[in-house]
Amino acid sequence: MEKIVVVGGGIGGTVVANRLANDIGSMIDDGEVEVTLVNDTPHNVYKPKYLYIPFGLSHTDETKRPLTEILNHRIGLEVDPAVDMDTDAKTLELESGKTLDYDYLVMATGAKLVPSETPGLVEAHEDDTAHWFYNPEGAEALRDALQDFEEGHLVLSVIGSPHICPVAPIEFPLIADAWFRERGIRDDIEITYTYPIQRSHGLLSVTRWMDPIFEDRGIDTEYPFNVEEVDPESQTLEAMEGELDFDLAVTIPPHAAGADDLIENAGIGDEGGWVDVDHNTLECTRADGVYSIGDNANHGTSKAGSPAHYQAGVVAKRLASQIRGEPPTEMYHGKTFCYIEAGLDEATYAHFNYDPETKEKQLPKESQLIHWGKTAFNETFSLITRGLI
Amino acid sequence: MADMEPDETVDSRDSACPGPLMDLVGRIKKSDPGTVLELLTSDEGSKKDVPDWLENTRHDLLEIEDQNGHWAIYVKVN
Repeated sequence: MEKIVVVGGGIGGTVVANRLANDIGSMIDDGEVEVTLVNDTPHNVYKPKYLYIPFGLSHTDETKRPLTEILNHRIGLEVDPAVDMDTDAKTLELESGKTLDYDYLVMATGAKLVPSETPGLVEAHEDDTAHWFYNPEGAEALRDALQDFEEGHLVLSVIGSPHICPVAPIEFPLIADAWFRERGIRDDIEITYTYPIQRSHGLLSVTRWMDPIFEDRGIDTEYPFNVEEVDPESQTLEAMEGELDFDLAVTIPPHAAGADDLIENAGIGDEGGWVDVDHNTLECTRADGVYSIGDNANHGTSKAGSPAHYQAGVVAKRLASQIRGEPPTEMYHGKTFCYIEAGLDEATYAHFNYDPETKEKQLPKESQLIHWGKTAFNETFSLITRGLI
Repeated sequence: MADMEPDETVDSRDSACPGPLMDLVGRIKKSDPGTVLELLTSDEGSKKDVPDWLENTRHDLLEIEDQNGHWAIYVKVN
């Protein structure tokens, strides 16, 4: 029997497992193949909805679904954190002490926030002046802080790089602008957006789209601006290039790969701690039989649900070929699709791949129709994780 | 080969703009003052982006070397 272990129950992990259950279902039914998904909680979490929680437009409960409802019945589920991995013996050790053998393994453990990497950020968070919205606790704390914020300087600062969902930092100030206008307090609030490089966004197409919109809506920009430290007492962001005072800081903290200790101990990480993969095959360059997809991998495109979704489809097809004894031919070419909210009722989208020209392609004009598309997509995420779309 | 002797290398040869600069910034944040970093980049734009950015910081550009198909940019962290 051949054994496939998927580590991680996010978008990438659930899609690859469910696609396998469909592609090689009869082989699983006949006992020729076993597919097991390992996750540290019983839930799948849909992170793109975190953006809406601070504005009361979503709730943490809406981001979670039990994995037992999502996973195909052919998939074994272990709710037991993976703690160690031997890529020579091809074994994965779980926190309970259980050991799983594998012939193929897919690392899909996502990314996590590490605000403690920026001195002063955690202290400012405890003082309720600096926040983030990339995890449930942070998004809820920011929601509460926004309720009381009626005047002053709100700074959205991209501190960590790389970070997940590269367009969320521009969506937040655009939604905040509309939200404050709706509440009649926009004139009392100054909004500033900071970014680490010499333009407003890593994608040139996004920069060209957002610059006139930010100017039109009175959102100031500051770049390059690389925050090294937060002074919680004076409420100042101290960057390599200068300083910026804030009343409320909404930060994108530094990130690390989920299960970073496991990745480091297994020797499959690059210098930044992300799993080193071939950008087209998504095979780990430092271990046989290991693939990595989604936010925990260094795959050369954005860390977001969209590439994780597309990569999972590629890896499922490659694995199905390998299981059947055929050469794996499916390749990933960087396909990424990101909806971008431009306020409370309009949006655009960016669609690109590894070809640099696709990253300069003009974005469509923001519209309510595209916003509805994003809203509908967010509501269908269980269809995605079930591998149906 | 480079005449410079870096303490650490940041290999961004697979990254397109702005990846190399972002990789360099991330490493600088984790480096001690005095560290000499070598940024390897195949993105020609980095030859302008990195020096332009360094002008606004306390860190120093030491040298840019053409290394047959890619470039090595040496930076001293202050």
